[in-house]
Amino acid sequence: MKVLATAPSNETPAIGQAIGRVEDLRLLRGKGRYIDDISLPGQLHAAIFRSSLPHGVIRSLDTEAARKLPGVHAVITAAEIGRTVPTIPVRLFPLPEYQPFLQPVIAHHKVRYVGEPIAMVVAESPAIAEDALELIRADIDTLMPVVSLDDSRRDQSLLVETSGSNKGHYFDISKGDVDAAFAAAAYTRRERMYVHRHTGVTMELRGSLAEWDADRGHMTVWGASKVPFANRRILAGMLELREESVDMIEGDAGGSYGVKGEFFPEDFLVPFAARLLRRPVKWSEDRREHLLAISHARDIEAELEIACSNDGRVLGIRGEIWANIGAYMRTSVVITPRNSGQFISGPYKVENVGIHVAMQLSNKSPCGTYRGPGRYEADFFRERLFHLAAKDLGIDMVEFRRRNLVPESEMPYPMPSTAPQNNPTALDSGAYELVLDRCLSDAGWSEKLKLQGKLIDGRYHGVAATCFIEGGAAGPRESSRIVIERDGRASVYVGSSGVGQGAETILGQIAADALDVPYDQVQVFLGSTTYVKEGWGSYHSRSTVMGGSAILLTAEEIKQKLRAAAAMRFNCAPEEVEVSRGRLIASDGRSLAFADVSDQGITAEETFANHRHTYAYGTHVAHVAVDPGTGHVAVVDYVTVEDAGRIINPLTLHGQSIGAIVQGLGGTLLEHLVYDENGQMLSASFADYLMPLATDYPNIRSTAIGLRPSPFNPLGAKGAGEGGTIPVGGVIANAVANALSSLGVEPLELPLTPPRVWRMIQAAKRGPREG
Amino acid sequence: MALQFTLNGKTVEFSGEARTTLADCLRHHLGQTGTHVGCEHGVCGACTVIVDGEAVRSCLMLAVQAEGSHVTTVEGLSEGEDLSPLQAAFRKHHALQCGFCTPGILTTAHALLTHEPDADEERIRHVLSGNICRCTGYLPIIEAILDARAAYADGRRGKPA
Repeated sequence: MKVLATAPSNETPAIGQAIGRVEDLRLLRGKGRYIDDISLPGQLHAAIFRSSLPHGVIRSLDTEAARKLPGVHAVITAAEIGRTVPTIPVRLFPLPEYQPFLQPVIAHHKVRYVGEPIAMVVAESPAIAEDALELIRADIDTLMPVVSLDDSRRDQSLLVETSGSNKGHYFDISKGDVDAAFAAAAYTRRERMYVHRHTGVTMELRGSLAEWDADRGHMTVWGASKVPFANRRILAGMLELREESVDMIEGDAGGSYGVKGEFFPEDFLVPFAARLLRRPVKWSEDRREHLLAISHARDIEAELEIACSNDGRVLGIRGEIWANIGAYMRTSVVITPRNSGQFISGPYKVENVGIHVAMQLSNKSPCGTYRGPGRYEADFFRERLFHLAAKDLGIDMVEFRRRNLVPESEMPYPMPSTAPQNNPTALDSGAYELVLDRCLSDAGWSEKLKLQGKLIDGRYHGVAATCFIEGGAAGPRESSRIVIERDGRASVYVGSSGVGQGAETILGQIAADALDVPYDQVQVFLGSTTYVKEGWGSYHSRSTVMGGSAILLTAEEIKQKLRAAAAMRFNCAPEEVEVSRGRLIASDGRSLAFADVSDQGITAEETFANHRHTYAYGTHVAHVAVDPGTGHVAVVDYVTVEDAGRIINPLTLHGQSIGAIVQGLGGTLLEHLVYDENGQMLSASFADYLMPLATDYPNIRSTAIGLRPSPFNPLGAKGAGEGGTIPVGGVIANAVANALSSLGVEPLELPLTPPRVWRMIQAAKRGPREG
Repeated sequence: MALQFTLNGKTVEFSGEARTTLADCLRHHLGQTGTHVGCEHGVCGACTVIVDGEAVRSCLMLAVQAEGSHVTTVEGLSEGEDLSPLQAAFRKHHALQCGFCTPGILTTAHALLTHEPDADEERIRHVLSGNICRCTGYLPIIEAILDARAAYADGRRGKPA
């Protein structure tokens, strides 16, 4: 891989430079401020008593012994919360119909998953709080656990009895006339497929620190990330405070990938305890709690049918998708199920789609969004179907894809619509076929094809290529505020969140160019609710596009104010003042520094509104070698090209790509949140939940290019944090199928762990009907 | 329990419960929060510190076991505001994103290159396989450590780049 040098920090324009990150200077010296690094004088420590059973009715809760332990200040249960226990609202695309399935901030009456909070101990030290957990006794009558999608659909045991069904809600995904397309099609094939449960798993654990100022009626919460403004709105509602009476403070965040930073039960319990006890309260989870209680993801089954013409044109896709969403409908629950249907067509021209997506409840941990939500699943389903269709029709696998890619002339190309809540969106721009060819060329495709299906030194080799889109720039708005400080430097406050992706650096580059100042004259502040009036955060690969576009608007306003202030001093019209490299220059050559007019209070706040998404896109090529004796899948070579529109910082973009690819490989080959048939989680440690290691995937060659800017935002940038993950399941499964083609193995379920691949090989050797 | 050890060149004292891990002692009693705790079962490597020259999981070591030892944490890898050659290589190669695993990876790599300044890529990958990084995919980390070897070979290891 090419090593990118760190560019001098003040080259112009800053956009496009591989600038070393400003975040690194503190993080590399151990000076980051993650949530567990922050402490307040007099703080107490919380620990959570969690359900050890997946489904049951709480008959009694004995907390007496815990309360009596020296050093314990309180044990908070549903009884202490008040007459009604608040429920966590759905943040994205809520509907009144979701109400029965919302999660109470603490279990009362029923428990519905292993890890659900039942009580919280607050004590002098974390150790005393944990000791006290051992003294709590919960008497729970067990109910039949609902674990698998089969359990859920059977409706024998119900999560919410009054609802009469475990189907929380649904989406209908549609385009064209799918039944007519199938009726007329020369070729159809139906398959049942499954993407297993796995998730983001951040290295930093979740945590929170809350301080209640009783005299001012003000709550301050540290540890916010991803969506601090939404979480403030939720928390203020639950505590019956005005939003302005709650500050969410963002520090350094040890990763999000979508999973960390949503509103969890603890995000109510910790501030609640701080107000109850009038002492700061701090909580940090451990790794077992993290694996039990962080947003889970994927766990989606599909029965889909593809229709093609004899020459391999895809005419339609229809069928059903079931998402195992876990025990409650939480903040971002709808995104993954909806996307798994809506993005079934990906970068391909598919004119007819009809898919019913069911959100099924179960006694597993509640699901949220994880990098490429629904898109990873949709890509697996689609690329497996394409693989089988191409094979059946005798068409080369690359040629099949080439014939179906959306041509540039048809953009913007509308994606299927969704109901009951529509999410209208269209592919914005791209030279899909050009990038496919570039990736094949980078991979040395024709040489690789010579290895297809060959048994070499005891391993079967297989290669595959698939195309993908990601999605970015979710609306509705993002805000930024710029202040020209007394020394002339610009402080840039943005409602987007820093979650480890380098947003401070990237948004600083955008601000430097927009203000026409050297990069080191800009400092970016992210996330905290104290910085801007209204902000959204970091999800749906939106920070660069949305936060960056907000900065462009604000910088224009600032420059107008600077011109006006300088014009007063020059005694000329503002239009006669030019802003250049941090100076204000009159037409006669006189000039002032920003600092010279900063006493005029130069500040502006603007909001960028946008509902049109960006679609970065590209191609992945995988070359695997499968050991038939062990079922191990080795990644021999992995080559990608992604067009991210206008590139702000190639260094951080490349980092996003590689990191996302390895997460995708982990999710496809290693990682699995395993529940047994009784609803107990079997993978609640790093000894059981296998994360990719430095020795696993050394052979990745990834290139990000800036070929086609997005026409939908003034930067031309496209969200590009998730594309690396999205195609991995599909392309690896296709490569494994090609490797094992002599045996007729066709993986239809993930993960492709050694035991699963070994069993598929054994079943294939026994014969097609005995598997 | 009361004990003394040397932390980043300075003598420090700790007095607390015997069950206190070295990681908790460093973070919560001595205020050195650069050492991170990621799993508390010795798998992730975020808490790695250097004890008498060896990379050690500070979540699996009790503070009392450090009595009389020389302990180096990420805060001790460079002086003042400057980055050491290893840290500078991490920045140059974008070998960190969220930065949470980074202190443990830096201490692991520092201990390795101190003993084996000529470690090859395979050796570096093998040693680093005890540290989990969720953001970077490891490729830039390996490149950064390979790049930093020269500074260890010619004795500049602790000095600013």
